[in-house]
Amino acid sequence: MDIRPILSTLRRHKTAAALIVLEIALSCTIVCNALFLIATRMERIERPTGMDTAGLVRINLSNIGKVEDGDALTKRDVAALRAIPGVEDATALNHLPFDGSSWNSSIGTKANQAQPTLNTGTYFGDERLVETLGLRILAGRDFLPEEYIDWGRLESENNIAIPAAIITRSAAERLFPGEDPLGRELHDFWGAKPVRVVGVIEDFIRPNDNGGPTDAYFSTLLPVRPVFGRYAIRTTPERRDEVLKAAVAALTRNHPDRIILDEGSFEEVERDYYRQDTAMAWLLLTVCAVLLLITALGIVGLASFWVQQRTKQIGVRRALGATRSQVLRYFQTENFLLVTVGIVVGMLGAFGLNQLLMAHYALPRLPLWYLPVGALSLWLLGQIAVFGPARRAASVPPAVATRSV
Amino acid sequence: MFAYYSRLALRSFSRNKALTALMVLAIGLGIGATMTTLTVFHVLSGDPIPHKSDRLFYPQLDPRSKAGYTPGDEPEWQLTRFDAETLLEQKRGDRQALMTAGGVAIEPDKQGLAPFSASARFTTADFFPMFDVPMRAGRAWTAEEDRARARVVVISSSLADRLFDRGEAVGRSLRIDQHEMQVIGVTGDWNLAPRFYDVTGNSYGGDEEVLVPFWTSRELSLSPSGNMNCWGGGDDDGPPDPEGNHGRNANCSWLQYWVELDSQDKVEAYRKYLADYSEQQRAAGRFERPTNVRLFDVMGWLDTNGVVPDDVRLQNWLALGFLLVCLINTVGLLLAKFMRRASEIGVRRALGATRRAIFAQYLIEAAAIGFAGGVLGLALSQLGLWAVRQQPVNYAEFIAFDTTMLLSALGITTAASLLAGVLPAWRACTVPPAIQLKSQ
Repeated sequence: MDIRPILSTLRRHKTAAALIVLEIALSCTIVCNALFLIATRMERIERPTGMDTAGLVRINLSNIGKVEDGDALTKRDVAALRAIPGVEDATALNHLPFDGSSWNSSIGTKANQAQPTLNTGTYFGDERLVETLGLRILAGRDFLPEEYIDWGRLESENNIAIPAAIITRSAAERLFPGEDPLGRELHDFWGAKPVRVVGVIEDFIRPNDNGGPTDAYFSTLLPVRPVFGRYAIRTTPERRDEVLKAAVAALTRNHPDRIILDEGSFEEVERDYYRQDTAMAWLLLTVCAVLLLITALGIVGLASFWVQQRTKQIGVRRALGATRSQVLRYFQTENFLLVTVGIVVGMLGAFGLNQLLMAHYALPRLPLWYLPVGALSLWLLGQIAVFGPARRAASVPPAVATRSV
Repeated sequence: MFAYYSRLALRSFSRNKALTALMVLAIGLGIGATMTTLTVFHVLSGDPIPHKSDRLFYPQLDPRSKAGYTPGDEPEWQLTRFDAETLLEQKRGDRQALMTAGGVAIEPDKQGLAPFSASARFTTADFFPMFDVPMRAGRAWTAEEDRARARVVVISSSLADRLFDRGEAVGRSLRIDQHEMQVIGVTGDWNLAPRFYDVTGNSYGGDEEVLVPFWTSRELSLSPSGNMNCWGGGDDDGPPDPEGNHGRNANCSWLQYWVELDSQDKVEAYRKYLADYSEQQRAAGRFERPTNVRLFDVMGWLDTNGVVPDDVRLQNWLALGFLLVCLINTVGLLLAKFMRRASEIGVRRALGATRRAIFAQYLIEAAAIGFAGGVLGLALSQLGLWAVRQQPVNYAEFIAFDTTMLLSALGITTAASLLAGVLPAWRACTVPPAIQLKSQ
């Protein structure tokens, strides 16, 4: 189809054409980046924790006043929890991921390093930590019973050496690139004495967003039995509620002077943690939908005006022998041209905006495949929007040419 | 003339109802979204203590060990207990206080009320006059009571009502972490948004339910909470500190510190004092890094810490972009609509209407759409703010419209409708009458 007549018509409607191009370009810029933001949020929400989360529940409590022997009480608590029917495993730990608490350490591979190699989230737990959380050991071993240290001892004695550490795959790759991490030493970890790596686990998420997305899986387990009133329990998803109830009862029976701060499944903890991301993703999605709808309606409106305005011109063309489909195609091609220019400008805008977002909000680069997908959707949107007005144009009878207005 | 043009505009709208509705809706959505996000931004970035935010300062030192030092590093976020207590003792500001968040267990006397945990702040006497804490009843504690480790507490009004019904709370005894404490004061309505003096935790929402003198809290081993950063160094010999990381000499930073300075000269003098203090500590071997001190005022401190969430800024830009698209959409549609009436304009011009008259007529039509959109937008923004308040974010309760936002809403609406109307009206009035008449 010859596009010269279309171009010459558009030249006579420069401002309106420019406005619709600008609108498409802006929509394209915003929608591409918004969709990308949604994708980044979704990716974040769905990233694996490294745990088997299905049957995991947790209880956080606080003891009123000073407890005489916290280590002994915690051991009694865990024993009581393990005795509950339906409990597969239970552990006392310093925190689960995403649960409002976060222990971190900057560590190195050599003594007295000027700069630490990395900062790692630090998990303490008793003998059943790995099983209860469902962590997967890739190399080496779990801690030996004689390696565990009570928190009370760690606090009251000087110069205690923690005998072993288990690190995640990501942390191992960063600490000892290309080398076997087993048997190697970690420095500046809890005092002067180095800690030996005895095992590597599949990536286990840090307690919070400390260090950002690149450091998300730098975690370390240490064989320290904590006393902080935080317990994780493994059961089956079906028995979750029943086990939780029994667990709260058992813990309160064990030591009546305590306040249950939180109880619930890990899935709830996770949902709470990502709430803001979920809300943001929905918001962005709504904005995209409304933006595209308004753009489409704008195209419909503008095309309708143009069809009305050119009724006589269309009639003349029809009278001179143009078929309906030629008229239809005229408006479709016109729309295609406008949208194409809009897309070209919009893609440049999308990349510009992405650069800005990268600079200010620590976002990754917009993947290239957004371009063809974005272009295709906008072309489709334009064609759908223009179809109605174009069909009305095609149905203009040739007799219109003979009328005066 | 205005009334006549308005009638003409109405007639024009009724010819194209769907399109008019689309334009009004687009502007309404754009303005509604923009006003919603701007209000959230306005509330979150507001000055929490406007009458004295330029007189309150947050000093920073760098007591960390040499390991991990990079030139140009920001100083440490919070103060160590040693530094905070020393600065407090030396009293170089008009007022000063050290503080930390904490958590306590409360065992109520009241029948049927189970023990519960409450959020606490452990601080020193100047906290109250320095931050203008309103008191509903009773009084705050004094510096003497600080030093005497008095067993006194100030509680929030919601906690007072919960614990003591309608009875007077002041003078009553309250069991906190198994210690009997005397309630000496009840704070009044005190909603700081953000809670500028402690940006390490949630900066929005949540009361200070229990306020306890700092050294009393240490003596009773009440547990502090919040961010703590520790570093190596010091000698590992000798018996460990019974207070652990919260001990006076621990290499850990965990305290916030604020100082009130009433004049610019005092600010300069205090800055110099901090640098001198840091030099002294270096000379004594306690500080290993080069002297690096900061003294931020309230707004500077909030800014440095990026207290306004990134998501809120992002939403702001998103809404502005959205409004822009809506405006362009309306401009395009109005333009097309007006140009369709070019022949009508030609006739009017030929019959003697001035350009000014045509411009006025079409601007009134455009402005009417802008105005309707603006009204719709205001309504939508109230809906939007309601939705924000339902969100699971800690700042939800603070989000409300105020006079500033109402005025900006009016401003934005006027600007938007003028922006949308000027170009189409201008194009309409520049239609050359001769050509239009000829093409008839």
